[in-house]
Amino acid sequence: MNIHVLLKMVPDVVEELEIAADGKSLAPESLRMILSESDGHALEEALLLKERYGGQVTVLALDSPELDDVLFTSLAKGADRAVKVTGVETGLTSRRAARILSQVIAATDGLMPADLLLTGTQAIDDLDGLVGPLVAHFLRLPFVAIVVQVGVDAATGTATVVKEYPGGVRGEFEVRLPAVLGIQAAEKPPRYVPVAKVRAVAKSRRIESLPAPSQLEPPLVEVLQMMKPEVAGHAEMLEGPVEKISEKVCEILAERGLV
Amino acid sequence: MAGNIWVLTEQWRGEVSEITYEVLALGSEVAAALGVKLEAVLLGHKVKSLVARLGKADAVLYVDHAALAEPTAEAQSAALAQLIKEKQPRSVLIPLTNVTLGVGTLIAAQLELPGVNFCKDLRVVDGRLQAHCVLYGGKMEVLVTGLREPAILGISPGTRPAEKGQEAGTPVIEEVAVALPEVPSVRFKKYIEPEAGGVDITKQDVLVAVGRGIQTQDNVALAEELAEALGGAVCGSRPVIDQGWLPLSRQVGKSGAIVKPKLYLAAGISGAPEHVEGMKNAALIIAINMDPDAPIFNLAHYGIAGDALEILPALTEEVRRTSKKKAG
Repeated sequence: MNIHVLLKMVPDVVEELEIAADGKSLAPESLRMILSESDGHALEEALLLKERYGGQVTVLALDSPELDDVLFTSLAKGADRAVKVTGVETGLTSRRAARILSQVIAATDGLMPADLLLTGTQAIDDLDGLVGPLVAHFLRLPFVAIVVQVGVDAATGTATVVKEYPGGVRGEFEVRLPAVLGIQAAEKPPRYVPVAKVRAVAKSRRIESLPAPSQLEPPLVEVLQMMKPEVAGHAEMLEGPVEKISEKVCEILAERGLV
Repeated sequence: MAGNIWVLTEQWRGEVSEITYEVLALGSEVAAALGVKLEAVLLGHKVKSLVARLGKADAVLYVDHAALAEPTAEAQSAALAQLIKEKQPRSVLIPLTNVTLGVGTLIAAQLELPGVNFCKDLRVVDGRLQAHCVLYGGKMEVLVTGLREPAILGISPGTRPAEKGQEAGTPVIEEVAVALPEVPSVRFKKYIEPEAGGVDITKQDVLVAVGRGIQTQDNVALAEELAEALGGAVCGSRPVIDQGWLPLSRQVGKSGAIVKPKLYLAAGISGAPEHVEGMKNAALIIAINMDPDAPIFNLAHYGIAGDALEILPALTEEVRRTSKKKAG
């Protein structure tokens, strides 16, 4: 089994986000980049599949601040190969990012054919499309989103995948391989790897750098303005020592007959 | 371009989903502003009777095909892309839910059209359509426009009240044939129903919800104690369920349950749009979060910018004291 995991770095929204001088994008200096959460699940699912069926897991990502750390962490967790696509500007649209990743995958020795390409189902900045279906389209592969379980039948060249629907309902699908799957959640929580192991891997292993294709396609969506959310309403904030806050909350609940 | 505004009907398991009506209400405003018609697109197999529920639309384009019996992004996008090429709408509005996720992106990719996600509103400015979108888990918003028409717009839940899209009417029906692959690469096999039994969180008056801010599985007990003191149950946001700290049956939000309790006390939940979708109609929302800018505070009635791990036990004690006083 040859499994590729497409990783995407996104701003950590726990940090204060600031708008750049152009009024249309985030100020890069205000950002701390982290791995998109569902991409972490895509990596975990790939590692679980490798444990179950054998094979090789390759992680691929467009260059970004903090990316090396994420790639070394992926290697420390059990990925076999880490590829970084360099020469890309940050803050690319999903469409451009997906096009570049697809071109690199199609053009690089040993990356195709793959059996499965996994991505997170959705990232917090997927404004102009989701990376999974875009890559599936560019590589002419089938696609399923919101996947929470994957089983592979090598004999028939198919995977049985379970996807989430609303209200706790799930649906089972048979997908012809190779395929792109948007992973919502891995079958187990993403594994933890100690920092010391990541440091050791950073010394002993190598991240492959591949240049991005120079041709960027014209954008199809234009951002006119970025703004902080207009707040229609805001909670009445309760302040003071914890005991006072607790008393106040109890009063509010008592007024409504909830205690 | 003179084309009409289209809304993709989300029909799932023989029912029109509520979000379809929300998007029809939004679409009718846009169509009126542009002076064009509102058309609903209904894809499925033997679901023609659902047309009667789409009275808000001026017309319904109905595609009946065995490959559309269950929603796969592949078949839906292939069918819709053919219709768009043939009929050239002005814009296509697609509900953004777990049923239709990926459809808009695939169509936009196939037809090289602008695709836009996470729309919370649409407006017409100088004859051009602008989308107002929510990014970064609700921390930022953008106004965007497509550089070509039609734009394929993914509409988040909650843009308009569903009732506004549930008008009676007799839309014109146009049945359209499409060609879909005989052997699909993605084949539906079966539905897996949620496990029955245990606590039904949709039936609770009081819910204490925990999110990532609860930090460890052990700390979920703090919420359980408060829920017990209040005679309610514990539920959680996606990260808590994914970590396995609470079972799937306790998940609130897009993939989980939609709840409307008398009290929703959210501890360590930031208020990402996917979660808010499941709890925004609770009668009373009290939120505890370390981040004073967390989006949950824009929705909550009362907020506490602090550490849930400190506040939950203190609150539990206070609730027990108050209940005792009342009982005594």
